[in-house]
Order: sequence, then C-alpha cells, then structure tokens
Amino acid sequence: MKNFIHIKGLSKHFGDFVAVDKVNLEIGKGELFSILGGSGCGKSTLLRMLAGLEVPTSGSIEIDGTDITRMAPYDRPVNMMFQSYAIFPHMNVARNVGYGLRKDGVGKAEIEKRVDQILELVQLSEYKTRKPDQLSGGQRQRVALARALIKRPKVLLLDEPLAALDKKLRERTQFELMNIQYELGITFIVVTHDQEEAMTLSTRIAVMDKGRFQQVGTPKEVYEFPTNRFVANFIGTINTFEGVVTVVEEDKIQAYCDEAGETLTALGRQLVEVGQTIGVAVRPEKIFVSKERPDNQEDVCIQGVVDDLGYLGNRSLYRIKLGNGRIVQVSSQNRRRSVTRFLEWGDKVWISWTARSAVVLLD
Amino acid sequence: MKAQSRFILTVLAFGYAFLYIPLASVVFYSFNASRLATVWGGFSTRWYGALFENQQVLDALYLSLKIAITSATLATILGTMSGFVLARFGRFKGRTLLSGMVTSPMVMPEVITGLSLLLLFVSLQQLIGWPGQRGFSTITIAHTTFSLAYVAIIVQSRLIAMDESLEEAAMDLGGRPLRVVFDITLPLIAPAMIAGWLLSFTLSLDDLVIASFVSGPGSTTLPMYIFSKVKLGVSPDINALASIIIAVVSIGVALAWLVTRRSAKH
Repeated sequence: MKNFIHIKGLSKHFGDFVAVDKVNLEIGKGELFSILGGSGCGKSTLLRMLAGLEVPTSGSIEIDGTDITRMAPYDRPVNMMFQSYAIFPHMNVARNVGYGLRKDGVGKAEIEKRVDQILELVQLSEYKTRKPDQLSGGQRQRVALARALIKRPKVLLLDEPLAALDKKLRERTQFELMNIQYELGITFIVVTHDQEEAMTLSTRIAVMDKGRFQQVGTPKEVYEFPTNRFVANFIGTINTFEGVVTVVEEDKIQAYCDEAGETLTALGRQLVEVGQTIGVAVRPEKIFVSKERPDNQEDVCIQGVVDDLGYLGNRSLYRIKLGNGRIVQVSSQNRRRSVTRFLEWGDKVWISWTARSAVVLLD
Repeated sequence: MKAQSRFILTVLAFGYAFLYIPLASVVFYSFNASRLATVWGGFSTRWYGALFENQQVLDALYLSLKIAITSATLATILGTMSGFVLARFGRFKGRTLLSGMVTSPMVMPEVITGLSLLLLFVSLQQLIGWPGQRGFSTITIAHTTFSLAYVAIIVQSRLIAMDESLEEAAMDLGGRPLRVVFDITLPLIAPAMIAGWLLSFTLSLDDLVIASFVSGPGSTTLPMYIFSKVKLGVSPDINALASIIIAVVSIGVALAWLVTRRSAKH
C-alpha cells in the first residue's frame, strides 16, 4: 500500500546546479500528496521527472511495481496538469479533453462518452464546443483537470493547480479537487508554494528546500512537530529562542535561552545532550497573553511590553517586547465582541505557554 | 495647441506625399492614352491591353512568378526548420554561428550577396558541372537564401512566444513527438509560416540586383525586363506593368500583415 510510488535516490543536476538531491519517497495508492517549497527548491523539477519531461541524473522511480525512470512521457501511466494549464488554443473544450484518448486510438463513440462523463464531473458539460479563449480562468483550470484525468492515470501530477485563480475561487476549487480525488481514487501529487493549500488538500506533505526533503509528514506533523528550523519557519510563523541544554529527562528537556532570559522547558522527542545548542520554538497561537501573572507554575511565564498590535477581525496579533529587547509574536482569538481593546500599546503583560507547546529544533 | 496640431498635420501630409505621390503618379499615367509617358492625353486602358500582347513581358512575368512561388515555398520550409532549431534546441554548439548566418542575408548588401552567389555558382559549375546554365534554378536558390532569413525570424519569434508546455502537455497525454509537431506546433505557427511565405513571395518578385547577378542568358525576370526597358526611356506600358506589380505587392504585404495580426491575437 505504502509504496505505490517508490522514488529511490533521485537526483537531477543542471550543470553544476543540483536541482534535486538524492530524494527518497514512498507514496501510497490514493494519497493526495503535496510537495511544498519556495521557488527554486526543486519541486517542479521533481514533478517533471515523474512526468518524464526531465531525465533524472541518477536514481529511479517505480509506479505500481514498474520502473518508469527511463520511460518516455507518452508511455507513462501518469498525466500532468500544467501550471499554465497548457490548453490547446486551436481546439475546443471537447477536443482538448479528448486529445489523450485520440492518441491512444480509442474509438469515436467511446471517446465521446468519456468526454461527456468527465465534463460532467468537472461541471463543464454546457461548454463542450467553446474555444479556450471564451473561458474564464476557473473554467480553463477545470478543462485542464478533465483533460489530465480522462485517461484514468495511475498518478495525476498537478503543478501549482490553483495559483492562477483568485482567493475565493481558490478556496472553492480546493474542495472540489479533494472531492474529485476521493471519487476517482487516483493518487494525486500536488506541487505548491502555498502552505495553506498544501495543509487543506493533502494527506501528507513533503517540505522541500535546496533540492532535498526537509520533512515528510501529515499536515499536523509538519506544523506541530517540525523537525528543523526551515520547516518550522516555512510553515506558519514561529518564535524560536536559541539556547543551551541544561537538563535532559526522559521525555522533557530544559534549556537556558539567553534570548528569553529564562530556562525554558520543552517536550523533546529528539536525542540531545547537556551543553548542546538548540532552538526552543513556540507558535504564536500557543502563547497566552494576560495582564496578571498566570498562577500555573508548570507554564513558562515571561514579562514583556506590548510593542505593536494588529486587529484582524477573527484574531489579533501582538508583538511583545521582552526585557532584553527580543520581540515575541503572539496571536489570540477574539472570542468576545467588544469595541474597546483588551490591550493597548505599552501595556505591561505576561506571556505564557505550556511546555507541551514548545518544540525543540536541532538544525 | 491648435497651431501645433496643424503643424503635425502638415508634416504628416508632406510625409505621405513624399512616399505615395511617385507611386500614385505611376498608376495615374498608366491610364494615359498618350504615347508620351509624361504628357496626359486622356483616359485609356490600352497599355494594359498592349501589355498582355507583349510576349516578352508575359515570359518575364511567368518566370518571376515561378521563381517567387518556388523560392517562397523552399524558404518557408527551410526557414521554419531554422526557426525551430533556434527557438527550441537550447544552447548547442554553433548556435550563435547559425543564427548569425541565417540572418546575415538581411543585413548584407544585395550586391555582395549577388556577387558571392554568382562566384559560388561559377565555381560549382567548374567543379561538378552544375548548374550548366544559370537561370530559373540559380535565381530560385539565391532568392531562397535571402527569404529564408525573414521566415526564420518570424517563425522563431512565434515559437518563443508560444508556451512550451503546450507541446509537453500533448506528449504527456500520449502524443509521440512527431505527432505533437503536426497536432500542436504546426497549427499554432501556421500563421507565422503563411506570413513568412507571403513576405518571401513579394521579396522575390521585387528583387532586381541579386537576380541580375545570378541569371543567365534568356532568363529575364520581370524587374530585370522593366529595368532594361526604362534604360531606353519610360514607355507607358511599363507604367501599366508597374501598377500591376504595385497592386500585387500591396495585396501580399497586407495579407501578411493581417495574418500576423490575427495570430498575435491568439
């Protein structure tokens, strides 16, 4: 189940530049897997190697037990939805969607039936005879999706599938995409730079940087338990305090963090030694702000001053300045309806969090 | 403001007059009944009639059209191939040389192109005995050489503007490379090829200098015929002939422009 797609030591070099560096990955059948990273991290190159549009420098790709590393793109059981959608401008919607079947020599009646089916799935039935330049961005996106799905590939590759759509449409399309994936049971691999998109869509995410996977895991895992500084900072915001380990217990460590001016406790899953430099990191929404010192002795508690605040409607962002000048970002839900602010600039406050919320970052 | 716009209009009028009065006067005098080319003797179309009875003119016209069609077609095929190589094959060894060689006929003085081609044909004849006689084949080759440059440039820029993922998508959907060329690439660059063909056709029809160098006895193209006639004085039937050429070339250029504009919209 797990190794429906099996990527082993896959690398791609362009001259001296290493775009993808010895990537290993297993993806299960029916997964909606995202590859998340900034521009130039190698995610598109990886996708193009899966599609057969780039030849790997080394390593191998197996799909469903077949080695496809050297297979030509037109022979692979894989289809791709391009970032630009790549809709053939001289063909109407039905001919665009049916192109793949025509190249496979499927009979005319069968093609027509399957084009109708797939257009119904993406809700484009009445646009069959339209030319691409008469379609909106969202409709073009669905034509591209239908065209890539019609051959019922074992794997569908999607390169930034929603990047060209506006925000509202993007949110709606996200869920449509998930429904279609669920309905057809095809394995999806999505490449995106948008962390929110990756979080909502995927069963698992691979965070990529400099041609390597920094972490592979479920959205919850990569957000709540990032394994290194890159992942912690790339997905969401995080406050990281650099420190030196002072105490190591079975499931918990303590580190003196000069930046916080305190000894911080964190639940460490990693192996660390006393004297090692580490980062103790806390997400803004895990921090509680209060005017009085909270009484729970277990919690980490630091005093500071409100340096800046922002009201976003559903939540407020605070920048709290600690005694040593370090800024800590805090985000809190606006549970109660109120016109007056709970905190003002320059207010003396306490910020606190439980040890359970802190993450240990090694590198 | 008003004075300024009047000034601009005047400049514009002079500009157009400078460009088009010579052409207009040729067309005007082609309908002149008088035998003297520059004295108005009333309206007549007799020179057009006389033209079509002149076997020399018809022969020259036939040769010119034959050369124009053949060389435009050859130039379109070769130019498309060069444009393809320049736009799609990345940085290969000798790319700069190729792009320089392809475009050089555009900037090279025609006299030089004509002379070098003539030298080539003469030495070829001495070496392998071909071309035995200079005429249709040598002029066609010469015209293909310089028209190719224009086609290559037009096709290349069209290909660069075209999204490469269109071809990748076709391949991803099961199209083999050669099929993809016919399914996707050629239909999309067809307007550029047509524009290139029309441009090559008019360029070939216009050319006097290069044709004079590489033609042989008995093969006179239309521009060569006109030029030789004018040396003996402007005769009214030449005005008629010139008017026809103006019409054909204008239509060709207008078509080329229309086709490129339509393709740019897509």
